[in-house]
Amino acid sequence: MIAADRPVQRPATAKLLAVDSEGRFSHIARDHFVELLRAGDLIVANDAATLPASLPGVHVPTGKAIEARLAGWSGSTATDVSHFAAVIFGAGDYHTRTEHRLPPPPLAAGDRLLLGPLSATIVSTLGHPRLVSLELDGTWDAIWNGIARHGRPIQYAHIAEPLALWDVWTVLAGSPVAFEPPSAGFVLSWGIIEQLHQRGIQFATITHAAGISSTGDDELDKRLPLPEPYHIPEATADAIAAARARGARIVAIGTTVVRALEHAAGTEGVVRPGDGVATQRIDNTTHLTIVDAVLTGTHEPGTSHHDLLAAFATSATLSRIDRELEAHEYRTHEFGDSVFIERQARTP
Amino acid sequence: MPHPTTSEPPFTPALSGLRVLVTGGTSGLGLALVRELVRSGARVAFVARGGERVERLTRDLAGTHGIVGDVSAKSDIHQIALQALGELGGLDIVVNNASDLGPTPLALLGDTDCEDLERALATNLVGPFRLTKALLGALSASAREGRGAVILNVSSDAAINAYPTWGAYSASKAGLHHLSRIWDAELASEGIRVLSVDPGDMDTPMHALAVPDADPSTLKQPDVAAHELLERIVAALKSTTSDRGARKVGEIA
Repeated sequence: MIAADRPVQRPATAKLLAVDSEGRFSHIARDHFVELLRAGDLIVANDAATLPASLPGVHVPTGKAIEARLAGWSGSTATDVSHFAAVIFGAGDYHTRTEHRLPPPPLAAGDRLLLGPLSATIVSTLGHPRLVSLELDGTWDAIWNGIARHGRPIQYAHIAEPLALWDVWTVLAGSPVAFEPPSAGFVLSWGIIEQLHQRGIQFATITHAAGISSTGDDELDKRLPLPEPYHIPEATADAIAAARARGARIVAIGTTVVRALEHAAGTEGVVRPGDGVATQRIDNTTHLTIVDAVLTGTHEPGTSHHDLLAAFATSATLSRIDRELEAHEYRTHEFGDSVFIERQARTP
Repeated sequence: MPHPTTSEPPFTPALSGLRVLVTGGTSGLGLALVRELVRSGARVAFVARGGERVERLTRDLAGTHGIVGDVSAKSDIHQIALQALGELGGLDIVVNNASDLGPTPLALLGDTDCEDLERALATNLVGPFRLTKALLGALSASAREGRGAVILNVSSDAAINAYPTWGAYSASKAGLHHLSRIWDAELASEGIRVLSVDPGDMDTPMHALAVPDADPSTLKQPDVAAHELLERIVAALKSTTSDRGARKVGEIA
């Protein structure tokens, strides 16, 4: 697929491939996606704002330049801003493709890092030379200030210009807990949300701390997604229960919403309000109990996002989708085109 | 509800526990707002340009979150939003109070430098627009969760009346007043209220800059104006959380 190389959240030319529960395709202009929805459907989006999680700096023991990418929260909720999981790269920045980035110097527990106005200690390594647990120095306010002043949004080589938070915060962006944008939410504008209201389509949100999507290292990528804290407001849990009671569809805007809702539902199939940490992988073995359809980006085969779609559609349908996206020149990555997939009935 | 008396500094119990951001929070009306919010048990972040004053006030008012930033600079907006949202864990109320007078001493429009007009517009109109836009997601989350959400933009009678020598300030405040009205109409369905309130002529450093020879005894004290503004916010919050206000999730329109 073609890489979307400009940070435009809602390009007028954005396309959407809709795949119904029978595996039938239709192509529409993405800003018409509301037409795929029915009165009574419940749409659930992720309202997490994105941290400027890329922090360039220095590994003090060697004096070598590094880039630390905050990649996950260490605690069970996304509030302790002193403790993170982080992926450390060697010298360089996002202009170099992630898989070509220099490795960091050898990292060990106790090593000090200087990250602009921030400083940190490696608490432990996490089973991979690039993945560490970090403790930042200072009060939480001082850390927020340091991240705000020094951090940049995590970005990848397919976009040349430096991203600002203006580019990566969705219109719903509220609590700053995500490490990369919940980019399926780029499809939403306040105008679209207004259309949902007008058409009697329900709208609710969760907050899910979307983690890092790629580390450039195959072995590390296999461990993605890292555990992701989420919060489900009471109003959203109520709306889900009401939608299920009336037999309405629940449509997730993005894979993070699928992960949170299915985790919160557990084995009982009831989404409870409150905090949780999504640790599960979703793939072709997952039986979805809550989400009936997902709107998401055009993911490349082999990624954890692509694997997740196998919970919605058969592998035969997914292969047809991949070929269809190629044939119609869909654009990929966070600012790319979209797919809308209804859950297919499973053959026992 | 306890009644504030003239001998005790006023407070507004209905704001207890709410998360509030005030711009221009280290002097005049903004400072009075921050102080009453703290007395009322609100969780407060405030913004101002001067690092030292921000630091001092943060120290004086334990529990507040001081943020150094310039609302007129686009690159500062998300730094402010990120810190406020991170430190407070979300937001229920925003007061866009930071204001720029335009040329000082005040000048006829024909004598106003282009840069003075641009600065007044950037601080009083474009800044509140950008900051509100960056915070809209957080405010709408608060509204969806039934807490209500209010933006109060500090206006002026100069937004309505044409006073000679107040051109740059007036034009920017007139723009802000109209922006507030349109936003209020657009966001009603989200359960967010946007107020534009004239606090009256107050005994503040800014007023002294505009009218150096004013008799302070004829001017309102900023803490009186602050209390009135906070009462307006409480009334607006009640309207958004009442049945007539926000559309509840799960309710068919």
